[in-house]
Amino acid sequence: MSLHEQLALVLAPYRGEKGATIPALQAVQKALGYLPEEAISETAKSLCLSENEIYGVATFYAHFRFEKEGEHMVRICSGTACHVRGSPRIVETLEEKLGIHSGETTKDHKFSLERIACFGSCALAPVMVVDKTIYGRMTTTKARQILDEYQDTK
Amino acid sequence: MIFDKIRKQAIAEWATLQQSQQPRILLGTATCGRAAGAMSTLEIMNQELARHNIDAIVTQVGCIGLCYIEPLVDIVKPNRPRICYSSVTPKIIPQLIEDYLIKDNPRPDLALGTIGDGTIEGIPRLLDLPMLKPQVRIVLRNCGHINPEDIKQYIANDGYIGFIKAINMGPERVLGEIKKSELRGRGGAGFPTGQKWEFCRRSPGKEKYIICNADEGDPGAFMNRALLESDPHSVLEGMLIGAYTIGATHGYIYCRAEYPLAIERLSIALNQMREYGLLGDNILGANFSFDMEIKEGAGAFICGEETALMASIEGKRGMPRPRPPFPAVSGLWGKPTNINNAETWANVALILQKGSEWYDGFGSQTSKGTKTFALVGKIERTGLIEVPLGIHLRDIIYEIGGGIADGKQYKAVQTGGPSGGCLPASLLDSPVDYDSLVKAGSMMGSGGMVIADEDTCMVDFARFFLSFSQAESCGKCVPCRIGTHQMFAILERITRGEGKLRDIEQLEQLSQLVKTTSLCGLGQTAPNPVQTTLRYFRDEYEAHINKKKCPSLVCTRLINYYILPGKCAGCMLCLRDCPAKAIVGGRRLVHIISQEKCTKCGACLDVCPERFGAVVKVSGEKVIVPSKPIPVATSKALKNKG
Ligand SMILES: Cc1cc2nc3c(=O)[nH]c(=O)nc-3n(C[C@H](O)[C@H](O)[C@H](O)COP(=O)(O)O)c2cc1C
Ligand code: FES
Repeated sequence: MSLHEQLALVLAPYRGEKGATIPALQAVQKALGYLPEEAISETAKSLCLSENEIYGVATFYAHFRFEKEGEHMVRICSGTACHVRGSPRIVETLEEKLGIHSGETTKDHKFSLERIACFGSCALAPVMVVDKTIYGRMTTTKARQILDEYQDTK
Repeated sequence: MIFDKIRKQAIAEWATLQQSQQPRILLGTATCGRAAGAMSTLEIMNQELARHNIDAIVTQVGCIGLCYIEPLVDIVKPNRPRICYSSVTPKIIPQLIEDYLIKDNPRPDLALGTIGDGTIEGIPRLLDLPMLKPQVRIVLRNCGHINPEDIKQYIANDGYIGFIKAINMGPERVLGEIKKSELRGRGGAGFPTGQKWEFCRRSPGKEKYIICNADEGDPGAFMNRALLESDPHSVLEGMLIGAYTIGATHGYIYCRAEYPLAIERLSIALNQMREYGLLGDNILGANFSFDMEIKEGAGAFICGEETALMASIEGKRGMPRPRPPFPAVSGLWGKPTNINNAETWANVALILQKGSEWYDGFGSQTSKGTKTFALVGKIERTGLIEVPLGIHLRDIIYEIGGGIADGKQYKAVQTGGPSGGCLPASLLDSPVDYDSLVKAGSMMGSGGMVIADEDTCMVDFARFFLSFSQAESCGKCVPCRIGTHQMFAILERITRGEGKLRDIEQLEQLSQLVKTTSLCGLGQTAPNPVQTTLRYFRDEYEAHINKKKCPSLVCTRLINYYILPGKCAGCMLCLRDCPAKAIVGGRRLVHIISQEKCTKCGACLDVCPERFGAVVKVSGEKVIVPSKPIPVATSKALKNKG
């Protein structure tokens, strides 16, 4: 299926709906993993809004991304409970290890690193989530070891 | 009436379940349980039950709030009280099943407590345990006890009785009941709910909306999440009552996308309501039509603010707007709208079920009822608690929470998230209610309660909150957009050891300015963490500025790691582990950290075996170390002070 057709399919239920910008973009991102330029223009068309408006909304909300994410998404909680229990050190360690800042993806597209406000698993702070696996009670050493494991598996 | 029949049937089914001759197993699989491994526990449990050919009824329930010892598994055998087992990892399951279900040994050593009538030798009653005894669980009454995906279990436990009463009373009397209960909003500000409903009810217009605010943006708080995952109908019943009273035609539940399980359980619950005729046209023949839907957030803290939230539902950027007009007059799509927090809605259902007189028995003079809190941070027993308003902070932290973790010293409790403040030990005897916390410079907020100990730097803590607020500021008004940014820059400077004495004064001025001139609650409260830490922990600011010292050893720029030559055994552990390759030395040679290369990640301190304890972290002082690695024995002879 071409990108164009795929977008048409995903956007069909939202066509002409009032207030559907966010759910429509969420659906597109769910299908494609990110919002390429064409997604913005197609969403604008099907909701009868300007690209400007769509882009304005998409850039306002932290969940929308405009670049493809890496093979593994590493999310580190930066919420209050995790902060008190030492998450900043873990962020620094992983930024150093991967050679990127949080919010970026490594050149080889292996890892993306993100900071999240709270996973709601504050009792296990500090919390790190790789793809869908939650790791609690992190230390810098444990975090580095876990990334090594993901690095090794292709 | 149809509902009567449904209710009778639900009650009968529930009774059959309770008296079942099969063993029953309840497993907490809310998000916190899952993070602790509850799904693996479930898998192994099913395998073991099959292996032994045991025909047990396994139910996934929500969270009873004891997050620090999850996964929790309850086992009920016929004619026995239910036993709650804690920290049930997959490893323990085979033994537990064999011992209790086959050999009838209840394993008191693994049990936490019993629930219900009867006792079992060697196991205390769950509700007598120190973390549960001071609690009053009325909003959370069903959490961990019923299957959140089965509306009948909710109905069997008096569910939707409140709504039935409401339609028999008529809107005006329901409104009177809510006003009489003196319920105040649980989303933070504590506005009287009855009054808010009245504004909206009296607002002219045929089309009206109600909204449940389940955005829960406060990082470190998860009360709404736990409630929605464990007992979604208690919130939805409240909304139904509200819609009927206010005359709303449509409802929205705005839930943050970080809560996928809450969203899933809400949508199951909504479908079941439709199936049972509790949503749709002419509900229960009461000449009242209403439906609702879920709106997923997209990661913006500001969308917890009511006017921003409505903009977000309309599909716009989540920017707040000035009030008036208040949502009760002109809200969503310009129509009269009433918005309440998820916990407020759950209280509504309870008040209608039991009556405002009953409700009056809980709480303090100005703050009625109970409040749920997420008790987290450096506390022994983290979890979700519900306490009567007016309880003292000390009772929450020391009795329920079991005091500070790892035997450390208490430093502060932070309530109200980025809008709240940090309260020192001298205020531990303050009552927890809306007005007392505001007087102390903080606020109750939605219920996050983060405990900080001696290892938390209060300047860094303030910096943390300001970094959050300035990043989440929507940018619409200048004081908030630029003011929080400026405050953050000053705090950043201080934590890097580049602060000037004038900075404190400037922070105080900026705080005042941002507070009084910002457009919405975000800016108006963002300075609270700074103001309270300046008020109660000023000495820490002064140490950073005057002595370039971080007394709690947190601020990276102001600390150094050293290896004490008199204690280093030359074991190579830290040397190998150092990600910055900043440690020199060799086997049986004293290791030395190059201060130029050190990134202060602390890995060396983590790996250094406790019996050596050779790595130290200091601020504002120097440790004398050899200039190059020398044999361990000679350095021992040197008898370094370390
Ligand atoms: C920046 C900001 C964030 C907020 N976040 C939330 C939130 O996550 N949940 C919530 O219920 N209320 C939040 N509020 C309060 C809402 O604006 C509103 O007062 C509340 O939902 C009203 O419900 P209540 O009367 O039941 O408390 C926030 C307010 C501000 C200023
Ligand atoms: S603060 Fe990290 S999970 Fe909540």
